[in-house]
Amino acid sequence: MMVNMSLATCLGNSSRALKVSDFPPAMVLSHRLLVVYPWTQRFFDNFGNLSSTSAIMGNPKVKAHGKKVLTSFGDAIKNMDNLKGAFAKLSELHCDKLHVDPENFRLLGNVLVIILASHFGKEFTPDMQAMWQKLVAGVATALAHKYH
Amino acid sequence: MVLSAADKSNVKACWGKIGSHAGDYGTEALERTFCCFPTTKTYFHHFDLSHGSAQVKAHGQKVADALTQAVAHINDLPNALSALSDLHAYKLRVDPVNFKLLSHCLLVTLACHHPAEFTPAVHASLDKFFSAVSTVLTSKYR
Repeated sequence: MMVNMSLATCLGNSSRALKVSDFPPAMVLSHRLLVVYPWTQRFFDNFGNLSSTSAIMGNPKVKAHGKKVLTSFGDAIKNMDNLKGAFAKLSELHCDKLHVDPENFRLLGNVLVIILASHFGKEFTPDMQAMWQKLVAGVATALAHKYH
Repeated sequence: MVLSAADKSNVKACWGKIGSHAGDYGTEALERTFCCFPTTKTYFHHFDLSHGSAQVKAHGQKVADALTQAVAHINDLPNALSALSDLHAYKLRVDPVNFKLLSHCLLVTLACHHPAEFTPAVHASLDKFFSAVSTVLTSKYR
């Protein structure tokens, strides 16, 4: 999947606007994934209490994970011409150590898109959404690339 | 995946708030689907798919009306959607993967317009509801 320069510019602009590293929705990315798709909790046994929505929302490890993931997306935007290279190590980690089904990357990507939609509202136009969908699909593919 | 009482309540409350905007949101969800997932346009090669198209607007209204009916009969989706299920199985034959794409874009549309109501719990309930509707619409495929 080729990610062209105008997409890079647009995503760069929107992620700068997002100030990705302290983006309030970063706090809720992993929370929302674990609440909306509870089976994804299977990967977070060592995160402590995930027994209820409020437990998940208040869990500091979940929040930290969301920030980590969003920082990775920030890196993705800087490396859009070589996502597979940029995510090679993370791909190996997710396969060999974390044993995460790549379908989960697609679920997370779509949750991120939805969080962006609720943050940006009407500014999140179909064209903006299309660019983010391309990015999350590219990241999901890159993260799955080293699976064996 | 079964809709709980809380899911049904969340869906009814959310759809109730949407009110007369349902048609607009149906149209916007379709536009988003065509824009983000161009393969979906293959089912609409006979439509004018440009922005503001009257055909897309009419179809968006149709989708919204069907969902409104589904919400009203949320306790018996198979019966309420039986005719639409036949239509999709025997005439339209839209590949099942596309229902997920439209469902996702419906969620995005709702998140854009009603961010405050779109809590994780409501998001989950709506996702389950659209999934249930999709299951009924593809139930007679084979």
